[in-house]
Amino acid sequence: MKKQLVTCTINGKVRENYIDPRASLSDLLRGEEHLHSIKHGCDVGECGACTVVIDGETYNSCIYMAIWAEGKNITTLEGLSTLDGTISDIQQAFIDEGAIQCGFCTPGFIMSSLPIIESDEEFTRDEIKKQVSGNFCRCTGYDTIVTAIEKTHNKRKAERAKK
Amino acid sequence: MIVGKAVNRVDAEAKASGTAKYVADLVDRNALVAKVLHSTIANGTVLSFDLDEAYKVPGVVKIVTCFDVPDKQFPTPGHPWSTHKAHQDISDRKLLNTRVRFYGDDIAAVIAEDEIAATRALKLIKVEYEEYEPILTYEDAMKDGAMAIHEEKPNNVVVHSDYEMGNFDEAIKEEGLIKVEGTYETPIVSHCHIENAGSYAYMESGRIIVVSSTQIPHIIRRVISQALDCGMGKIRVIKPYIGGGFGNKQDALTEPLNAFLTSVVGGRCVKLFYTREETFVCTRTRHAMKFFIESYVRKDGTFAARKIKAYSTQGAYASHAHALVANAVNGFRMMYPVGAIKGDAYTVYTNLPTAGAMRAYGIPQIGFALEAHVDDICQKAGFDKVQFRRDNMMQVGFVDPFTTIACHSSGLDECITRGKEYVNWDQKIEEYKNQTGDIRRGVGMAVFCYKTGVYPIALETSAVRMVLNQDGSTQVQMGATEIGQGADTVFSQMAAETLGFTLDKVNLISTQDTDVTPYDTGAYASRQTYVSGMAVKKTALSLKKKICEFAGYMLNRDPSDLDIEDNNIVHVGTREKYLTTEEVAMEACYSLENSNHISAEETHHCSDNTYALGCCFAEVEVDIPMCSVKILKIINVHDSGKIINPQTARGQVHGGMSMGIGYGLYERLIIDPKTGKTNNDNLLDYKLMTVLDTPDLGYDFVEPEDPSGPYGNKALGEPPVIPVAPALRNAVYNATGVAVNAIPLHPQRLFEEFSKAGLIK
Ligand code: FES
Ligand code: FES
Repeated sequence: MKKQLVTCTINGKVRENYIDPRASLSDLLRGEEHLHSIKHGCDVGECGACTVVIDGETYNSCIYMAIWAEGKNITTLEGLSTLDGTISDIQQAFIDEGAIQCGFCTPGFIMSSLPIIESDEEFTRDEIKKQVSGNFCRCTGYDTIVTAIEKTHNKRKAERAKK
Repeated sequence: MIVGKAVNRVDAEAKASGTAKYVADLVDRNALVAKVLHSTIANGTVLSFDLDEAYKVPGVVKIVTCFDVPDKQFPTPGHPWSTHKAHQDISDRKLLNTRVRFYGDDIAAVIAEDEIAATRALKLIKVEYEEYEPILTYEDAMKDGAMAIHEEKPNNVVVHSDYEMGNFDEAIKEEGLIKVEGTYETPIVSHCHIENAGSYAYMESGRIIVVSSTQIPHIIRRVISQALDCGMGKIRVIKPYIGGGFGNKQDALTEPLNAFLTSVVGGRCVKLFYTREETFVCTRTRHAMKFFIESYVRKDGTFAARKIKAYSTQGAYASHAHALVANAVNGFRMMYPVGAIKGDAYTVYTNLPTAGAMRAYGIPQIGFALEAHVDDICQKAGFDKVQFRRDNMMQVGFVDPFTTIACHSSGLDECITRGKEYVNWDQKIEEYKNQTGDIRRGVGMAVFCYKTGVYPIALETSAVRMVLNQDGSTQVQMGATEIGQGADTVFSQMAAETLGFTLDKVNLISTQDTDVTPYDTGAYASRQTYVSGMAVKKTALSLKKKICEFAGYMLNRDPSDLDIEDNNIVHVGTREKYLTTEEVAMEACYSLENSNHISAEETHHCSDNTYALGCCFAEVEVDIPMCSVKILKIINVHDSGKIINPQTARGQVHGGMSMGIGYGLYERLIIDPKTGKTNNDNLLDYKLMTVLDTPDLGYDFVEPEDPSGPYGNKALGEPPVIPVAPALRNAVYNATGVAVNAIPLHPQRLFEEFSKAGLIK
């Protein structure tokens, strides 16, 4: 099938890719952009391992067509580290809380947590759970993941309040 | 002390930043894509294929069918090979099978330039079958005249075994015994690691290289060599980071066929990644088991005798076969090694997805049955549920007469005390007596024991290599595998501890490559911290000795005066610092007089085993009309000996509890009773635990030092899943007075049981 040009911003950079119109956004991000943090656990929108942020909202990139990304602003886990490789607070919190085991769900969970930690709203533990309930983890029992998100949310809120 | 500290995982940053590479992240983007054609009948024979239309799809490179593969059966389970013929695993499948034995059997494979072509071609293959009636229960499979699923086993019984401890028939003659009988059933469930099964393979200089998401790279190499009938030296298996395994990847899954497929396309790279649906149906499952238990107890609350008959539904292929139900009926004996005990176990072929290893290997099944049964006994005889367990449970000094495994240490009594406290047991037992109404609460508990490794049933061997780098750090190569459980981290801690290095000076190589990695059978049982940990300790001691010897040469001192502490060579008594390990390493490498590549490699052949123990206490609220169970409080308390890393240990307990809650309340594979087709082969219809289903998970450790463990430690990876389901079942029993003898306790089952008991009219 004839490839189509898709221009979008990925982790802050404008990128042009020619892509099969049948391809998913995760195909584009993994295959063309080599952003391997995007994992596949189902390919049909069930597991959340492929979650990315598009214009501030989380999506399962496996069921988001690549051609829909035209003009969009996309963030993947790779976009959270600074250029020198320093990781962000939410990534560090996942490490410190022991929220990572096999690590296969981790990128998706961290991306799903971004709207929470970037929000000024209050989130109870139950509300955090609801927000990330589209992501599966078989290893951790979720408890430490919720704690990592909760702590980072509180930390960021406190930081924003100081400013 | 680094052992015992809650250090962060050594692989956490790579995983948090997305730089950790899994199989799919490593494969060449020009790799050919293979897809397997699975049968759409459960029992039958493939008569012919029509491949014409499929070959017309642009991009199709080759199609192989069950008529094209070597006429050779091979075994798949991840056991160490036995050189004794009688103990060898059962060879009962081919790379692709003409004789179809379950709905989803592998009968052909398409290799294409891309995924879409492969998928389209699959749909265009026409198959002609001779079809037989599916045999979907062990009862039907064992009926007289039932069709043999494998001709080698005419009655469909894969293996039958039995044992008797003491004399059962004599024991039950005792006056005044109370007899309690019960039948208990557990479902087929799926591992649900988030990374599906998958591999890729290519050839180099006549050798086949397979990169796979596996727990057992060295075993996979052997299985491929058996399947392809070539020397093990011709095969190289590489295991990068993997996205969970839980026992499913303790089996050869895609690898043997993948190795064959690259060989039919001239060694071009071929990838074979299973979808979620295939991972559910065409890999392995947890065995469904049914147990018939009969117990005779004395009025003083001790067992006089008991017996069990167990049936394990194997599915289509043997895989780990009888080892699981044998483990289960042994567990029946070991937990309460009191009185005469008889065990009888059958593993039976059926036309169902193949069951294999899954976290705790048969013990969650018996754990449910036995602990439910103990509550049934206590209820009937009026015993205190906790006291009865305390009076009968395994104690230090117990030596199992059949396996010779000894109880070297036990903190179970203290575990129970803490569990009771956490749920406020005594008070709640009083409070929840005589409830009426739609919403009722209850408390329940269960205990378990679990063998850490596989000795003496199978070989326990582990080898480690340590190389001293010029900067005074060491790289550690192990055949033991990280599968998410935290093995790399605890091994690094052990190496640092014994070497006298700081943790940052230990670089543990996470990837196993059978060309370079020393031999270890891999991640299964809960063996690695125990068995491979001993090999780490032994190798570290050997490396340390060599470092001290070279330092002694440099210092002109007797090496036995020297020790290593925080990367320094110190005096063994005064702790005076002489040199850094970096200075020793530099001199050893570049010395013009005495250059010496300091390295150590040791094998530990473990000939011991030990029991981990523990309990779960839970408080639930049952909504009778809604037939739902809500967990109000739950805790697992574990005696896993000394905890090497409290952070990763907590992770194992949390994850196991979550899996245990799923096992008790939600999870089951639903098979169509007519066709044998799996109806819920996806993460929407299979009720996997979500974050919303997870209550707060309590956990605690009692840490007696186990004298047989390398650092006083024993099993932890698998045990947390074991006691949860029976504790929940017993809590529901306490709340409602209804003893549900099958899991999961899903609403439909509860509706039936509550209706039978008259709670729902
Ligand atoms: S891979 Fe996209 S949701 Fe599972
Ligand atoms: S850490 Fe393994 S699935 Fe979440």
